[in-house]
Amino acid sequence: MRNRFKFMAPFTQKKETLFLIIFALGIVLIPLFVKNKYYFMVMNIVGLNTIVVIGLNLLIGFTGQISLGHAAFYGMGAYLSAIFTTTYGFPPWPTIALAMIITGMVAYFVGYPSLKLKGHYLVMATLGFSIIVHIFMVELDQITGGPSGFPGIPHLSIGKLVFHDDLKNFYLIWTFAFLCILVSLNLVNSRVGRALKAIHGSEVAANTLGIDTDKYKAKVFVLSAIFASLAGSLYAHYITFISPRSFDFYYSIQVVTMVIVGGMGSVWGAFFGAGLLTVLSEILHVTEKFNIIIYGAILTLVLVFLPEGMVVGFYSFYRRRKVKTLIEKEGN
Amino acid sequence: MGFYEQILQFVLTGLTIGAIYALVALGFNIIHNATGIVNFVQCEFVTLGGMMMYTYYSLLGIPLILSFFLSMTTIILLGALIERGPIRVARSKAIIVLVFITIGLSSTIRGTALLAWGPDNVPLPSFSGENVIRILGAAILPQHLWIFGITIGVVIFLQYFFHRTLIGKAMRATAVNRKAASLMGISVNRMVLLSFAMSGGIGAVGGMIIAPITTTSYDTGIMLALKGFSAAILGGYGNNAGAIAGGLILGVLESLGAGLISSKFKNAFAFLILLLVLFFKPTGLLGYGESERV
Repeated sequence: MRNRFKFMAPFTQKKETLFLIIFALGIVLIPLFVKNKYYFMVMNIVGLNTIVVIGLNLLIGFTGQISLGHAAFYGMGAYLSAIFTTTYGFPPWPTIALAMIITGMVAYFVGYPSLKLKGHYLVMATLGFSIIVHIFMVELDQITGGPSGFPGIPHLSIGKLVFHDDLKNFYLIWTFAFLCILVSLNLVNSRVGRALKAIHGSEVAANTLGIDTDKYKAKVFVLSAIFASLAGSLYAHYITFISPRSFDFYYSIQVVTMVIVGGMGSVWGAFFGAGLLTVLSEILHVTEKFNIIIYGAILTLVLVFLPEGMVVGFYSFYRRRKVKTLIEKEGN
Repeated sequence: MGFYEQILQFVLTGLTIGAIYALVALGFNIIHNATGIVNFVQCEFVTLGGMMMYTYYSLLGIPLILSFFLSMTTIILLGALIERGPIRVARSKAIIVLVFITIGLSSTIRGTALLAWGPDNVPLPSFSGENVIRILGAAILPQHLWIFGITIGVVIFLQYFFHRTLIGKAMRATAVNRKAASLMGISVNRMVLLSFAMSGGIGAVGGMIIAPITTTSYDTGIMLALKGFSAAILGGYGNNAGAIAGGLILGVLESLGAGLISSKFKNAFAFLILLLVLFFKPTGLLGYGESERV
C-alpha cells in the first residue's frame, strides 16, 4: 500500500510520470496562448515560489519540523548573487552555485544543532536566524545597499541568449522549477526517501534499523535551503533589483502557508499551493494591508479543518467517496 | 559619566528589559508544559497588552489601575478563546499542526491589530511620573521600578500558585504526565485552557509595563516574544526558574552588547545567543536535559 503514510502524496509512480509530462508540455505550450506580459510576471513569481515551497515541503512533510527562516535562505541566494556578480564582477552561473553552497553550509550550522533535539527548536532557531540576516541586509548598507535596496544586477545569459524579458525568464525559471520537482520526486522514491518515510513513521524504529535520523533530517533541511537559495539567485537576476523588504518574516509565513495549503509532504501539492496563493496575493494586491490577515486566516482554517492540505484532503475525500459508491454497487 | 557608572547603567537597563523577557519566557513555558507546543500567539499577547492599555487608558480615559486590570482580563479571555476555539476544534492534534495553527493565528491577530490601530508607534504615559532616580551614579526611571516590582509580584504569585494551590499542582501534574493526571481525575482540557489564559495574562502584563519606556505598536510583540523565547531556551526550556534567570541574563548581555559593541546590531545579539545555546548547550543553564525515552 503506497498510501500508508498520512502525509505522502497519493500518487503512483506511473501517474507521476504522466504528471511530469503534462507539466513539461504546459511549460512549452503556455507561451503560445498567453501573450499578456503581466501574466508572465505572475507565473514567474509562481515558479520561484514553487522552487522554495518544494524544498520547504520536503522538510515539513518528512521531518515534521517547521522552518520560519526560508526568507533568509531565499534572501541569501539573492544577495550573494547580486553582490558577487555586480560588485565584484563574478560570472553569474558559477556564482549561483557558489551561493547555493554557502547557503547550504550556513543552513547546516543553523539546523543541525536544533534538529538533534526533540521538540520544536528549529522553528525558533530559523526565525532567529532570519531576523539576524534581515538586520545584516539593512545595516551593512555599504555592501547590501541597506533599506533602499541593491540595483543594477545583470540578467543571466547563455552565450548570446540574454534572459532579459518576462518570456525568456519564464522558460528559465520553469525549467529550474521542473528540475527541482524532478529532484524531489526522485528523492521521495529513493533510498533516502524511504529512510525519511521511516523517520516520519517512527523515529525510534528508524534509528534501531540503523538510519542516522539526525543526519537525514539535517540533509533535508540543507537541501531545502539550497532550493531557496537557487530561487533567490534567479529572482535577483530576473528582477535585477532586490531590497530587504522582499525577504522579511512575512515571506517565510507565505511559503509555509503554501506548503500547508498544498499538503505537507506532497510534491505536487507544493506546486498547487504556490500557484494558488501567489495568484491570490496578486488579485488581492490592491489591499496589501489585508495580506497578513488573509495568509494567517487561510493557514489557520486549512489546518483546523483540512490538516492534510487541500490537495491531499480533497483527494482522499474523493477516494473515500469512490470506495463508498463501489461498496454500494456491490451491495446491490 | 565614568566607565563603571556606564556599565552599571547598562546592567540596570538590561535587567529591566530582561524582566520583560523573563515574563514572556514564563508564558512560553506554561503552555509548553501543558501541551508541548510552541505558542506563537505569545507575541500577540504582549502586543495586545500594550495596545489594549493604550486604548482603555489614553483613548477611553479609564483610570490607570482599572485599565491595567481590564486589559489583562481582555487578553486572558483572548487566550482562553484561542484554546476553546481553533486549538480545541482542530481535527488533527499533531503537535506540528497545532504549532502551525498558532503561527496562523498570530499573523491574523497582527494583521487585525494593524488595521485597528494603524502602523505607528503610540506612547503610553509612565505609571508614576518621569522623575529620574539616581542609584550609584546610574539613572533610572520610576517605570523601571514598576517593572521590577510587578515582575517580582508575578513570579511570587506563580510560585504560590504552582506549589501551594490544588489547581496549580494539578497543572504541574499534567505537565509531567497527561495520561496519569487524567487518570487521577484531573481535567486535562481545563488545565490546557487555564494555561492559555495564564500565559495570555502574563504576556499582557509584560506588554503593558514595558510600553511606557519603549512605546508600543502593532508588531512590538514579535521582537519581545522571540527574545523571551531565547531567554526560555537559555534558561532551559520548560523550567520556570531558568526562564527568569535566562531573561535577566539575556537582557543584561543584550544591553552590554548594544552599549559596548554596536547598537546597530542590538537585536541580533539575543538570537546569536539563542543559536549559540542551541549549538553548545541545548538543555540551557538549568534544563534537565531531554533524554529520549523509548
